[in-house]
Amino acid sequence: MDHFSRRDFIKAVGASGALLVSGHAFARATKPPMGRVVVIGGGYAGATAAKYLRLWSLGAIEVIVVEANQQFVSCPLSNLVLGGSKTINDLTFGYDALKANHGIKWLQDTVTAIDSGAKKVSMLRGELSYDRLIVAPGIDFNYDELPMLASAEAQQQVPHAWKAGWQTVNLRKQLEAMPDGGVFVMNVPKAPYRCPPGPYERACQLASYLKVHKPKSKIIVLDANAEIISKKGLFTKVFKETYAGIIDYRPDHSIKGVDLATKTVITDFDKISADVLNVIPPQRAGKIAQIAALTEKDYPWCEVNFLSYESKLVEHVHVLGDSVAAGLPKSAHMATNQAKVCANAIVQLMAGQAPDPAPVFANTCYSFVSDTSAMHVANVYRYDAGKKMMISAEGGGVSISPSEKEAIYAAAWAQNIWADTLT
Amino acid sequence: MKKSQAIWFLVILLITSSVLPVIGNADEVFVSDAQQNNHIRTLAASCAACHGTMGNAVGNGNNRSNTDEGNAALAGIDAADFTIKMLGFREGSQKSTVMHHHAKGLSLDEINQLAVHFSQQKRIIMAPLKPQTLKAEHGSL
Ligand code: HEC
Repeated sequence: MDHFSRRDFIKAVGASGALLVSGHAFARATKPPMGRVVVIGGGYAGATAAKYLRLWSLGAIEVIVVEANQQFVSCPLSNLVLGGSKTINDLTFGYDALKANHGIKWLQDTVTAIDSGAKKVSMLRGELSYDRLIVAPGIDFNYDELPMLASAEAQQQVPHAWKAGWQTVNLRKQLEAMPDGGVFVMNVPKAPYRCPPGPYERACQLASYLKVHKPKSKIIVLDANAEIISKKGLFTKVFKETYAGIIDYRPDHSIKGVDLATKTVITDFDKISADVLNVIPPQRAGKIAQIAALTEKDYPWCEVNFLSYESKLVEHVHVLGDSVAAGLPKSAHMATNQAKVCANAIVQLMAGQAPDPAPVFANTCYSFVSDTSAMHVANVYRYDAGKKMMISAEGGGVSISPSEKEAIYAAAWAQNIWADTLT
Repeated sequence: MKKSQAIWFLVILLITSSVLPVIGNADEVFVSDAQQNNHIRTLAASCAACHGTMGNAVGNGNNRSNTDEGNAALAGIDAADFTIKMLGFREGSQKSTVMHHHAKGLSLDEINQLAVHFSQQKRIIMAPLKPQTLKAEHGSL
């Protein structure tokens, strides 16, 4: 067990005050009874994994989270900021309760490299050794086909608003400033991408605002997919009935280029000028997953073992959340479920036992089609030993129709998943 | 009436079996967590997105059912009551927006074990998490 003592400390590369402070805080007289897990990313997946590792190991696993941001901003419900029924400050939370309640150690830093041979993580301000590593970096945007949108300035003009925060606020401001009679152009990237129903929910939120405040305006939705890919029947009906004349939905329309100066998008069929343009770029596994060689060249998502979420490519490194190639919806609920299966498995693996051979969990995605009406898709998923994947169990499905009752339950979902993830 | 008789038969079956230890043999129980079967605790934890950590739903006081204030608290629920409701969701006799989509995907054995799991959790009253003002330096590129 001599690796326990060898990896016992963080080497201060830059000798910055901040690191030394955190470094001292992590110094231990005794080694952790079961070992150390470093978690990269404090989103739904990473924060949940950190909490449940501490809970289920009864504190015997040392957990250190490395997260670049000081605050957590929820992507779920962020379309409501565009619609105007929420503000970004309703969706922003701190990590203090999570850290204090569970004795989780925390570094606000950016990971630059992972050395899986030496089991070491390098950050801008230091390095950490681990027994097991969890990589939960969310998504990265792929600008290969839309290089004109790659810069921060371009994204000011044409926001993606697909990572909640100032991008969301920016897009809301542009919507507010749009004249009545204006054209809002948005897109749906080719699947898989974060939050399958999200772009369609966004169209509804934008429309619910425009219907009241700028009724002469319209929204053109350019979908790179052949059809609506989530809750199709329900969204089709809402587009046609609730937002008739406002939402102009066009399947099979990929964005091939953007002229920033005129806010014009180029598709295979036409050029469309927008007053406000919102391009959600194609996506791939988060940056650090690429840097750490957790993806293969021709496929930009991470293949894992679904009993433990350990990477199929790199030993002792687990991948969680939107970066995972699961063939399932990239949702917040899914990210937290994966995190719990992974935490459960790591606790067992670190004790020299096999993980649960048959994990099962429930997933739900709610979508708000207006400020007071929501609908769901819900499924139970179980591990299929033959296919070695999580497969949808029988009995899942969608709402019969959107309702006010489900808007109340969807709000309760948000309150509960926030509390579960962050306290 | 046949359907509801069948439900009652199942309920009685499940309740009587849930009095017996369903946690598993001692050698199957993981050393660092003697109380809970680790399969069922992960499944139960996936309910937390709507019913709170270990069934401690936020913002709904001690309510055992969903209200406009929040979702049903499952922590400390009567195991028989839980089982009746879950079977009702499967069967369609319990009113539901979403729960039938969850209950139908679970086995009777899982429902039985979830009943024991949630009935054993300590009820803690949870307030919703307080949001913060987004700071200028927050990155989202
Ligand atoms: C997406 C949110 C969601 C998830 C996930 C969820 N529930 Fe529910 N639950 C609800 C809602 C909403 C109700 C109220 C009935 C309805 O409208 O479906 C409810 C009601 C219940 C009730 C009845 C409470 C009462 O006495 O009225 C039980 C029991 C229950 N859920 C158990 C579970 C279990 C066990 C799981 C996990 C396997 C679970 N729920 C997962 C949303 C959820």
